[in-house]
Amino acid sequence: MKEQAPLLEVENLNVRFHLRTGTVEAVRGVSFSLGRERLGIVGESGSGKSQTGRAILGLTPPPGEITADRLTFDGIDLLSIPRRQLRNLRGGRMTMVMQDPKYSLNPVMTIGDQMIEAYRAHKRASRKEAREKALEMLEAVQMRNPGRVFSLYPHEASGGMGQRAMIAMMLVTDPDFLIADEPTSALDVTVQQEVLRILDRLVAERGMGLIFVSHDLRLVSSFCDRVLVMYGGKVMEELASGDLESAHHPYTRGLMNCLPALEGSAHPLPTLRRDPAWTE
Amino acid sequence: MIDIRDLSVVFGSGNLRVEAVKGLSLQVAEGESFGLVGESGSGKSTVLRAICGLAPVSGGTIAIGEKPVSVPRKRDFFATVQMVFQDPYGSLHPRQTVDQILSEPLAIHRMDNRDKRIVRTLTDVGLGPTFRFRFPHQLSGGQRQRVAIARALILDPSVILLDEPTSALDASVQAEILNLLELLRKEHNLTYILVSHDLAVVAHLCDRMLVMRNGTMVEETDTEHLRAGEAKTAYTRALMKATEGFTRAEPATRTELQ
Repeated sequence: MKEQAPLLEVENLNVRFHLRTGTVEAVRGVSFSLGRERLGIVGESGSGKSQTGRAILGLTPPPGEITADRLTFDGIDLLSIPRRQLRNLRGGRMTMVMQDPKYSLNPVMTIGDQMIEAYRAHKRASRKEAREKALEMLEAVQMRNPGRVFSLYPHEASGGMGQRAMIAMMLVTDPDFLIADEPTSALDVTVQQEVLRILDRLVAERGMGLIFVSHDLRLVSSFCDRVLVMYGGKVMEELASGDLESAHHPYTRGLMNCLPALEGSAHPLPTLRRDPAWTE
Repeated sequence: MIDIRDLSVVFGSGNLRVEAVKGLSLQVAEGESFGLVGESGSGKSTVLRAICGLAPVSGGTIAIGEKPVSVPRKRDFFATVQMVFQDPYGSLHPRQTVDQILSEPLAIHRMDNRDKRIVRTLTDVGLGPTFRFRFPHQLSGGQRQRVAIARALILDPSVILLDEPTSALDASVQAEILNLLELLRKEHNLTYILVSHDLAVVAHLCDRMLVMRNGTMVEETDTEHLRAGEAKTAYTRALMKATEGFTRAEPATRTELQ
């Protein structure tokens, strides 16, 4: 693979929430860079993994405050560009697949209309062109009958179908960068594989950068090239997926060992011991 | 302990008729832990709901401890059989404290020593008495699931039906809850039926299991056979493969493109 400038550069990213009860530091000094590759972010709930993804897209809910020494996407400084320009980037060149299609799709619009809306918000195209593009995309996520799915409302689609529709919707604008926030946690194991395989193929074909956020270390390491392990808003360890066995941070090892394995696992399962010193 | 023969569950009629469970039979011995595995829509949860009287039984028999269950279920049934639901965010009353949540089954069953029982059960599930007067929103997902388990346990049942008890939880919290369930089973000599879509979770907690799809039995197997990698049907093999994490179907795609 030839060297090229990283797609995304994050240096010393902090996300703080100033609440009545005090300041919550959700993300503390996270730095990484991403090329056209798959990066996994793993951690438990509350580790700041989702907030990291959201901060990059500028989706931190108020009263959140983002600071960073550097937060650039393809050379564009995401912290200083006007909101309007950020909105153009978001959904156009960088998009996000959310966890649960039941809550993140618009319940009163058909899947097709939502896709047309997403496409026409970012590209100059007639409804007819947008429709063709949407159908093509639905076919790319292996819908057996794209025309039918196009006219379905989200509640009429199953979980796996809804999630594939969301992936189609997020990729219809040909983004360079995609954040997938627990894209398969709401799905069954068998459907999970199918959705991941589609995501894998599309990301590879389009040469996109991908950030995959999940709590399942085994899944992330088998899907991504690199893994960032987070705890308490900080990065504990960064490793290549292949080196997971040789992980030396106790937290990473804990996350690995706490999963039951089919081949047999310890009884009782080892649980995570969390050391407050890690977050200092 | 549990004897289900030829169970079928049908919802709706005419065009809307759905056969959720078709001719399912299973036997679970006392103190055993039995697993039901399958994808969504396979009817695995419906089996549990049918045992509890939450789904209409349209054929077959259900017997708990040699006795066929009554329709509707009586109070003594619920003193024997209790259920833990999937989502601890939805199954606890948001406006009741842990104390109120645990008092209700005691009041219904007119149990004495309520104070002592609540404190003891909270300790049993690893929470301790300090959690007694908290509201569900003040608890984490894992702690909520512990409260849900405590609510099932407080009546000293002999059978607990577990409907995806860990699928709404993080991997690290899942390990804690699985350990707790295993410990409680030993201490209280409980019989479990565990429903899950994750074969690894079922294999960890259960000795025998039934793989279901579209309301029918696909395969009955046990942990030893699974560990040895033996599965009779392609569907079970697909489920086994899924527990290993993601596998690329065509491994060459990415290198080809570069």
